[in-house]
Amino acid sequence: MTENRDKDVVADCLEELKSHLGEAASEAAPTLDGIFTIEVQPSAIIESLNFLRDHLEGDFDMLTDLTAVDWMNYPETGERFEVVYLLCSTKSNHRVRVKCRLGETGPRVASATAVFKGAEWLEREVWDLFGIRFDGHPDLRRIMLWEDFEGHPLRKDFPTRGYNPVERTPET
Amino acid sequence: MILNVGPSHPATHGVLQIVVELEGESIMRVDPIVGYLHRGVEKLAECITYHQFIPYTDRLNYVSSFLNNVGYVMAVEKLIGIEVPERAQVIRVILSEMSRIMDHLVCLGANVVDIGAFTPFLYMFYAREKAYDILEEVCGARMTVSYCRVGGVARDLPDGFEKKVLDFCDLTESTLKDVEGLLNKNRIFLDRTVGIGVISQEDAVSYGFTGPNLRATGKQWDIRRAFPYLTYDRYEFDIPTHDGGDIWARYWVRLEEMRQSVRIIRQALKDIPDGRIISDDFKHVLPDKEEVYSSIEGVIHHFEQIVQGIRPPKGEVYASVEAANGELGYYLVSDGERSPYRLRIRPPCFIYYQALEQMVRGHIIPDLVGILGSINIIAGELDR
Repeated sequence: MTENRDKDVVADCLEELKSHLGEAASEAAPTLDGIFTIEVQPSAIIESLNFLRDHLEGDFDMLTDLTAVDWMNYPETGERFEVVYLLCSTKSNHRVRVKCRLGETGPRVASATAVFKGAEWLEREVWDLFGIRFDGHPDLRRIMLWEDFEGHPLRKDFPTRGYNPVERTPET
Repeated sequence: MILNVGPSHPATHGVLQIVVELEGESIMRVDPIVGYLHRGVEKLAECITYHQFIPYTDRLNYVSSFLNNVGYVMAVEKLIGIEVPERAQVIRVILSEMSRIMDHLVCLGANVVDIGAFTPFLYMFYAREKAYDILEEVCGARMTVSYCRVGGVARDLPDGFEKKVLDFCDLTESTLKDVEGLLNKNRIFLDRTVGIGVISQEDAVSYGFTGPNLRATGKQWDIRRAFPYLTYDRYEFDIPTHDGGDIWARYWVRLEEMRQSVRIIRQALKDIPDGRIISDDFKHVLPDKEEVYSSIEGVIHHFEQIVQGIRPPKGEVYASVEAANGELGYYLVSDGERSPYRLRIRPPCFIYYQALEQMVRGHIIPDLVGILGSINIIAGELDR
């Protein structure tokens, strides 16, 4: 199964993005599933998403997914948090992945809600489960968990069983 | 006035809470509150093996659980790089399309019963029971099937499968004919659905809509055509679209999709190839019993997989299927260990639900119920 029928189109588009951003972008390379992935600096994320969305041939008009990965167990790979944006072009059936790395203390990146409307809840979920702030988000509050919950469960230092075990004793 | 709908409410499909702000009878703002069925499946995936996660995928979109299985095992197969034998692929296609029909029957049945049409609901659920019988024979379970394995499917088809599935196809077509006869020219149904809950194509794409909800705005986009998987590129089928973007369009698209699914099933049933039903890459797939009892590699592979689970190479993949509700994607990051490092499930329902506010603004509460049913929110998939 080919994720990118015209690999050249996607590769060229990412080459243009890289030359546009200069230092802020890394080389684009395909992952095991054939999707070209580029890593950019957090400050260049909105520019990259706008570039890809408005690019004439790439034309990535849909934000398929916005998620994060916590690389706490592998500090040698870089900063702790990685925010991953997966874009898709519905006209020419290509996918592309844009990533950025954020540090451990107070991770924040600009919100993509101005670029794609669908980022609204996806960013709320990343805030809820990872604790990454999105500047400029219209309504950043928890979505899966209740408002008073403390902690961000999908971080690697949050235990799988949580902090509030319900114990049954013979009296209850 | 602030009105709280749910989470325990007969008109919400699953545990969904909606806080509605009304001005007289018109809805001004809507704040959907999700998370009542959040089970932390993505966190759990990080401490169980790859095979142990397959039953968790059933419980995402529980009305069409086979489609969720397929997406997940496709992601793992892509990560490892193993080929699925053709017989298993065709079996997966047939059961996927049957699951798609089942999901649409539930969605339409629940949607129209919320609007007030009770008879089509019963007709559609009768057809669903026949599908359940077939699934029970093939997979061992009615609803949460867990039939896929990494590299193929769990067990072979029973005798009489083709005839039963063809009977189900005939029953589906006659059910659709009855439902259409009751609803398509029904004055009340048309008044309640045409022009209600409209979303434009640009907004739908910007939100990330996929599946029948996107096709109901006029965009012809289907993962089975855009990024073909399994053996879908061999079959002829149309992709129905409708320009309305309202409840009627979504109803119509789902109805037509069921007809197309029947078409695919009939084509697939004609040529189910013989062969293995699971890959013979025994490092990642449980070896056949003859191998286990006769060769040392068989014993070693069996032991390691049972005790430790499989260890895919390091890397990340994204695999998606055209689930009944849209693009169901699995983003899998592996660090070479026995459990995924990060498993992200891209749920189509989550994407649609955030557009609810835009679709509902200005309408009245009965329209909210109709719109909620038409976008097919399944709480299991929404909250994971």
